[in-house]
Amino acid sequence: MKTAVIVFPGSNCDRDLARAFERVSGRPSTMVWHKETALPSGLDVVALPGGFSFGDYLRCGAIAARSPIMRAVAEFAQGGGHVLGICNGFQVLLETGLLPGALLRNAGLNFVCRDVHLNVETTDSPFTNAWHNGGVARIPVAHHDGNYLVDDSLLDRLHGESRVAFTYCDALGNVTDEANPNGSVSNIAGVLSPNRRVLGMMPHPERLCDPALGGSDGAKVFESLLGALAPA
Amino acid sequence: MTEPEVNPALAAEHGLKPDEYQRILDLIGRVPTFTELGIFSAMWNEHCSYKSSKKWLRTLPTKGPQVICGPGENAGVVDIGDGQAVVFKMESHNHPSYIEPYQGAATGVGGILRDVFTMGARPIAALNSLSFGSPRHPRTKALISGVVRGIGGYGNAFGVPTVGGELRFHSAYDGNCLVNAFAAGIADADKIFYSAASGVGMPVVYLGAKTGRDGVGGATMASAEFDDTIEEKRPTVQVGDPFTEKRLLEACLELMETGAVISIQDMGAAGLTCSAVEMGDKGDLGVRLDLERVPVREERMTAYEMMLSESQERMLMVLRPEKEAVARAIFEKWDLDFAIVGETIAQDRFLVMLNGEVKADLPLKALSGTAPEYDRPWVEPAAPPPLTDIPEIDPSTALLAVMGNPNYCSRAWVWEQYDHMVLADTVVRPGQDAAVVRVNGGPKALAFTSDVTPRYCKANPVEGGKQAVAEAYRNLCATGATPLATTDNLNFGNPEKPEIMGQFVGCVKGIGEACLALDMPIVSGNVSLYNETDGTAILPTPTICAVGLLPDLDAIIPTAPQEGDVAILIGETTGHLGQSALMAELYKAEEGDAPPVDLEAERKAGELVRALHAAGLITAAHDLSDGGLAVAAGEMALAANIGVILADNDLLTAAEWFFGEDQGRYLISVPAERLRETMSQILDAEVPCTHVGHFTGHRLDFAGRAIDLADLRAAHAGGLAAFAG
Amino acid sequence: MHARVHITLKPGVLDPQGEAVRHALGAIGFNGVNGVRQGKVIDLDLHGIEPAQAEEQVRQMCEKLLANTVIENYTVEIL
Repeated sequence: MKTAVIVFPGSNCDRDLARAFERVSGRPSTMVWHKETALPSGLDVVALPGGFSFGDYLRCGAIAARSPIMRAVAEFAQGGGHVLGICNGFQVLLETGLLPGALLRNAGLNFVCRDVHLNVETTDSPFTNAWHNGGVARIPVAHHDGNYLVDDSLLDRLHGESRVAFTYCDALGNVTDEANPNGSVSNIAGVLSPNRRVLGMMPHPERLCDPALGGSDGAKVFESLLGALAPA
Repeated sequence: MTEPEVNPALAAEHGLKPDEYQRILDLIGRVPTFTELGIFSAMWNEHCSYKSSKKWLRTLPTKGPQVICGPGENAGVVDIGDGQAVVFKMESHNHPSYIEPYQGAATGVGGILRDVFTMGARPIAALNSLSFGSPRHPRTKALISGVVRGIGGYGNAFGVPTVGGELRFHSAYDGNCLVNAFAAGIADADKIFYSAASGVGMPVVYLGAKTGRDGVGGATMASAEFDDTIEEKRPTVQVGDPFTEKRLLEACLELMETGAVISIQDMGAAGLTCSAVEMGDKGDLGVRLDLERVPVREERMTAYEMMLSESQERMLMVLRPEKEAVARAIFEKWDLDFAIVGETIAQDRFLVMLNGEVKADLPLKALSGTAPEYDRPWVEPAAPPPLTDIPEIDPSTALLAVMGNPNYCSRAWVWEQYDHMVLADTVVRPGQDAAVVRVNGGPKALAFTSDVTPRYCKANPVEGGKQAVAEAYRNLCATGATPLATTDNLNFGNPEKPEIMGQFVGCVKGIGEACLALDMPIVSGNVSLYNETDGTAILPTPTICAVGLLPDLDAIIPTAPQEGDVAILIGETTGHLGQSALMAELYKAEEGDAPPVDLEAERKAGELVRALHAAGLITAAHDLSDGGLAVAAGEMALAANIGVILADNDLLTAAEWFFGEDQGRYLISVPAERLRETMSQILDAEVPCTHVGHFTGHRLDFAGRAIDLADLRAAHAGGLAAFAG
Repeated sequence: MHARVHITLKPGVLDPQGEAVRHALGAIGFNGVNGVRQGKVIDLDLHGIEPAQAEEQVRQMCEKLLANTVIENYTVEIL
């Protein structure tokens, strides 16, 4: 699996993400600076990391979405490439238009950093197939603007096409208001593109890929990709 | 623009005492220019010169085989083996945080991070120690909310995990909150960058953000007592920009890799002045600055303003001239300003020019070397009134009250606003004895803790100073780490008052003794004096931040016991209730002496706990501090979600036994089948111990009086509810 | 009655957001932007306040809550 991590000024989970890819795939990720205009050839996955690209100034992800490299990322996605956006990366994907909706300030108004439980809503994607029969994953969130919003018709479409990848839930998998850390509509934590090859998610799977850090549920996102991209 | 006439009155407005102004006249043999006066006021104020504290700071132990660089640089450097070093320091941003809590705290974090990466280290952890006024004081809520958001706003965006710290409330901080920020970074031990310039004619380069009028006079403000004129001091607030700081970090580390950097200094208080003088002084060189080359973001800035500006996210470097193009390209890549603003010169001279006009021409060495130094008179503070009544208590309901108190409840509301996991190396998260962070993926890890008990320091400065270090030592040992070294942030009132100076002298003495005995040298630090409002001083608060080393993650001792484990109390219990949390919080009685600290016993107990874990005998350990046995048992029970049954003690009252705060103690949990072996190892170590109960079920039962663990959890979780939202 | 409050950073206070936006505008081809400073607009729908006192009331709101007068200026328009 050949992966690249895009680095914007202000990205701060870029190294964590590259380490997670390497841990699972055994191959180092290529780090690509935002001022580049082309991606390395032969890539399987492009990842947009968490952090505060351009300081989160103006709107989260807005300035990064207009970086030179993002044109190449959009073309890569339109050509069927796999794109993973985590946290700030998800915000960039929304600003780029590769995924629908917007992320607003958390309903509680504060930055929130803690482990949350995620209900794996679909295993039919290259990012979630390793969960096999669905289930609950424990993965941390760390964000100020993770309150996902789409209009009702799009929400219906997302549900109808099973494009909601993860929802916030309690430890038993119940999708409740109490389990929602940021006020996201329908507790949505991650969504897929129509071709299911672009995933944006607020939680940070790269932070719990290692039992030494207290959990490895996050590794399944990367293992799913590895499985999906394995030569048949 | 005409400059104000320099005279004794203007000097006084700059915080210079009449004798200090006379010293300037004697030194240069003429009346200083306005810019020169500003330079002297910046260099000679308490904040930069440590003129009241220097005499005593020299007594602190700062050496050891592990120490690569002690105090005097941007941060301390300590060897952690394998060619790596940890670089760390703590610094206060008290006054700015009281004036503008968000930006004050944010720029405090920014400053300490710069101190660390200036030395070539990539920051891996941040902590903070916060002291606020009474929870009921009308300003407290706005202060804590702003400070916590500011710390998070800066640290989260920069991308350093904020993994721990302290939070306390006491009415003594009503008019002066304390914000002490700590940061640690990792560097190769042979690639540390220092501030001493070398070579004549080397370019002095300005890097980072542009200069504005931010905080002009800020360093002077930080050394002044607050009074009613505080409103007028407002325009000097600096605004932090974590985005620029993050780019500055990446650009500096990239530049350091190229071998272009001869020396580097962060621009902090009185930025350009202090950094340029520091580099010249350390390198025995002079410095010439041409201020028209300084990148500015405001028009018509004067030399005075540029020399005193505290605009954030700026650095000064001396570069190898042949690498200029490489350096410029790196800074352009990160969209940061890069300007050659001067050069090193052979004479002992600090020459500041603006558009060809001499604005300051001073002997450089003398600027720092002849700064005033005071041996301020001091007296031993009066002993507090004796502790008179020892109340009869129901220990389990008292525990509910103590652990639900804002001073001892869960701090989750605070740390959930901090990204404590970024970099994906946080192994032990906030809320335990010490936080543990892996070193670049491991297996090695570092433990961090921040401690001080100001009540003790006020009652008995020497014992209080010792206790702050001892508690830090204990927190590291209870986590399984070997204590390495320490940084201190000494927060006190007005040193011109002999009783305040006495607190300072006593605390430094205690800290020195403890650091020596426990082999935790002080490698960096900061002093914040004049923390007084309308003549009322804060509690003496010498914050101790200590760093410990773990060879691998197996060395970590958990806090959570297992069902059925036996609870063993390590160390001697006499039932010392003077200045205890129980008496202070539930009975409003800050009476009696602070608990004495036996450093030898402290060391033996700490080594024993680590040895017991290494032998695989214990499942968990927790240090005893505020709230004694009861709070330690309660916290372990919460960590494990398992109840605890503790017996009473024949010789002591319930208050003394459960809530006494004797030092040098730990509560450990031992599987029943390893009990005999454990006890024999403890006996061999000649450390007192008591079998006090066991961990089981879902209730806390202290001497037959019980509460539900769920009730304790609810009380503990809700203690900061008043500040939430 | 409506009031509109404009809140801006005081002259000389660093505006990191404005600076980042200025850079970004240049990067996507809008040259000639010398400076960008961000602010806030707050619209208030007022009831039961005498028009004569409205401006003073809103000023009080700014002083006590809406503006951070340490670093921000404000202007009040009664609409």
